[in-house]
Amino acid sequence: MSLRRLAPPEIQPASFAFSAENAEWAQATIAKYPQGRQASAVISLLWRGQEQEGWVSHPMIESIARMLNMPFIRVLEVATFYTMFNLEPVGTYLVQVCTTTPCWLRGSDDVVAACKKHIHPHEKTVSEDGKFSWMEVECLGACVNAPMLQIGSDFYEDLDGPTTERMIEDLRAGKEIKPGPQNYGRVSSEPEGGALSLTDPSLYDGSVIGQYHEQVPQPANTDAEAKAPTQAASDREAPIQKPPGAAT
Amino acid sequence: MALRKLIVDGKEIEAEETITLLQACEQAGAEIPRFCFHERLSVAGNCRMCLVEWVGAPKPQASCALQVKDIFPNKDGTPAKINTASPYALKARQGVMEFLLINHPLDCPICDQGGECDLQDQAMGYGRAAFHRFNENKRAVEDKYMGPLVATIMTRCIACTRCVRFATEVAGVPDLGATGRGEDVEITSYLEKAFASELSGNVVDLCPVGALTSKPYAFNARPWELKKTESVDVMDAQGVNIRVDTRGPQVMRVLPRLNEDVNEEWISDKARHACDGLMRQRLDRPYVRVNGKLKPATWNEAFAVIAAKVRETTPAKMAAIVGDLAAAEEIKALKDLMGALRVTNLDCRQDGAKIAGGPRQTYLFNSTIAGVEAADAILLVGTNPRWDAPVLNARIRKTWLAGGVKVANLGPAVELTYPALQLGTDIAMLEQIADGSHDFAKVLGDAKRPMIVLGSGALTRSDGAAILKLAAKIASDTGMIGPAGSHADGGWNGFNILHTAASRVAALDLGFLPGVSSDGSGGRDVAGIVDGAQKGEIDFIYLLGADEFDVAHLGRAFVVYQGSHGDAGAHHADVILPGAAYTEKDGLYVNFEGRVQRGRRATFPPGEAKEDWAILRALSEALGVKLPYDDRAALLKALETDVTHFATLNDAPVHADTSAATWGGIGEAGPLDTAPVTAAITDYYLTNPIARASETMAKCSQELVHGATKMAAE
Repeated sequence: MSLRRLAPPEIQPASFAFSAENAEWAQATIAKYPQGRQASAVISLLWRGQEQEGWVSHPMIESIARMLNMPFIRVLEVATFYTMFNLEPVGTYLVQVCTTTPCWLRGSDDVVAACKKHIHPHEKTVSEDGKFSWMEVECLGACVNAPMLQIGSDFYEDLDGPTTERMIEDLRAGKEIKPGPQNYGRVSSEPEGGALSLTDPSLYDGSVIGQYHEQVPQPANTDAEAKAPTQAASDREAPIQKPPGAAT
Repeated sequence: MALRKLIVDGKEIEAEETITLLQACEQAGAEIPRFCFHERLSVAGNCRMCLVEWVGAPKPQASCALQVKDIFPNKDGTPAKINTASPYALKARQGVMEFLLINHPLDCPICDQGGECDLQDQAMGYGRAAFHRFNENKRAVEDKYMGPLVATIMTRCIACTRCVRFATEVAGVPDLGATGRGEDVEITSYLEKAFASELSGNVVDLCPVGALTSKPYAFNARPWELKKTESVDVMDAQGVNIRVDTRGPQVMRVLPRLNEDVNEEWISDKARHACDGLMRQRLDRPYVRVNGKLKPATWNEAFAVIAAKVRETTPAKMAAIVGDLAAAEEIKALKDLMGALRVTNLDCRQDGAKIAGGPRQTYLFNSTIAGVEAADAILLVGTNPRWDAPVLNARIRKTWLAGGVKVANLGPAVELTYPALQLGTDIAMLEQIADGSHDFAKVLGDAKRPMIVLGSGALTRSDGAAILKLAAKIASDTGMIGPAGSHADGGWNGFNILHTAASRVAALDLGFLPGVSSDGSGGRDVAGIVDGAQKGEIDFIYLLGADEFDVAHLGRAFVVYQGSHGDAGAHHADVILPGAAYTEKDGLYVNFEGRVQRGRRATFPPGEAKEDWAILRALSEALGVKLPYDDRAALLKALETDVTHFATLNDAPVHADTSAATWGGIGEAGPLDTAPVTAAITDYYLTNPIARASETMAKCSQELVHGATKMAAE
């Protein structure tokens, strides 16, 4: 993680306003909260604002603070706390590449290299045509299809370098790409080559519904046993001072 | 109040359920280290330094974030055992300290907090011995701008968020916040604007490390080389308790002193930072005007010039005005001197407030400052407490936070830091409240303990007496004059005058007001004196530190100025007698509650300047009307004989007079002026000669009042 600051003033827009539809949605969202607790809507509104503009700008923060009757600094705190809020402009397609361990082990470096080659050498920088920007993110929870990336609200999984390059070029050319696994053959997260378990057709025709009744008997744990004192917390580790200058 | 038994360090105690475990442990005599916890702020629980062992609990417990009511007894019914000094608790705290010090720079030798730093002190107790096991780079944080008073060295910040909570909760100016997360948390003001509160200096006291330090005091002194003197502030009429830290002849800084009844532990920025004005523009020797130019003179020469002038004139053509910073001693001495000369043109109301003396309760803040917390409806008339008495304003905000006191403001709309019904600037609104036709009259009537606060903005108007009359009527009609006694004993008096001059109540107590001369004609007030001087009817004026009225238009009158600073009064004086500032004399001050407090001498007056009462005593001898006291003890005795309550220090008067006659006799009925109500103070940072001489206050005024007028008037 790194310092999160507002974008420099020269690239901040002059003003921000929700679109008519979003403004209506915002009012409905604010009304969900009890009187005096309107500030609870701050994350929802910032998120909606980001969906509209792509990133969270200084005027947006002040505009939302006024809508919720919050001090500006409180909204700034929220916007800088959550890494999901982009504080700088992004491309039409924001490519979020997972580089956490499982994806990295499965080759996310190649995906990153593809982004560097086809979008911009630096992350969080908009490509020359304005259509793309990319960033590394922490685990997006699709490790079983690693490596993966997210564009908009869709996951693109089972990637490698060439696939990623092709996807970016397709998007650039205006072609649609299909979300999900990109390695042709996999539908969701089943093993490559097809399912190995839960293959019995009777599982799917309704014939076994209600048959699993019998509980395996558990050995009873007596109350005295469960509540027996264990070693006192203070006995676990005695603090031992090392002499001054001792190796760490 | 429900009590719960605990065994703290083997000692069984009963603690109230509402307090935190940290406070309970302190009641049991244990010392708990802490950084983020502060009695007057909400609990954050983020520094983890206050960890204790709750025997049986799986982990050490943060005692500040644990309420006594959450500590359940052991299964066998015996009280829960808390160990604050066991090896387990100690080890936990050592771990916390190690984490804190990972990113804290080792710059104590160049840090202003050194010597009075919580982290430094607690590292002595909980730091690991002289070894460390962190060889990586330390975090560095960019310094932030927080205005002309607070210097920041943010690398030292341990993110306790005390300053953020103070700004949000006590000051009510939510300008500070913590942005980012984890290691990257940074305390900052919004877009690095100045922290626009009159109480901003208090964050420096609250900061447990050297991240926020005082900008004017930066690199000036070490705490152990300062002499500490407990005194009372005179920048406003609240009489906040201060500690004056001096080195040699110089006041290095002013800090707050704890007094629950007056200022809790806060002081305003003016009280704290105007002290550099004590070294500038000082009058350090007598001057006499010769051929239109002020020439240095000796005391005897100056006295001789005055005596000659007094011999030439008659008592009816003489006048004396007491300034805003005078202590009771010199007011008494000046009154006795003028009395001996049979002068009746006396006044202490430089601003022209229409307060006529009379029973004490008619010009005091009767609810008392602590009593504000009991109020449930407040009507402010012609006052901006945020500027008139910032610490009182924090008390009103505290009351609002605790129970939502209803506040209405009749006067210029200002951001008071709590919601207030803005009634506009038309004083006729007061009539509507008095006859019950306004909605807020009902709020006041329904309230158990309603208050009205009259400020200088109302009392200095030409119709000030009529406003007083209406206010007294509102007070009687809405039950503000409740049973006798202090609010703690069930009594209540909601009629309040909010003075802004530190000397005012003492001067009113001593009756420094236009008297009745031997021929039966009444003495002149300040406006009358100025008018008389222009017409030539007044030709001798004695100013005791009086600079806040129309000094430039005293015609050809002979002006004697006795005071500490070369301000407006001294510029127009014919004789200047150098006096002592409030830190340079022992003196009694009476705050707007009527509480008599003692200020103590921290340094000596500069050059040939003397304590003010002594100057008057010496002058009286030169004038041939020797005052009957030779030392301060005799003067105090005379003072106590004259006004008995000067013998009782530090107590606010208890409300006793509920008679209708007292309240019916206030003010004079009359037509109201149509002019809008204005603020009495136009620039909070420059209200008296000391503040005007202060460079720090000038910077504050420039940035916070003139740089952003919107902020103050918003």
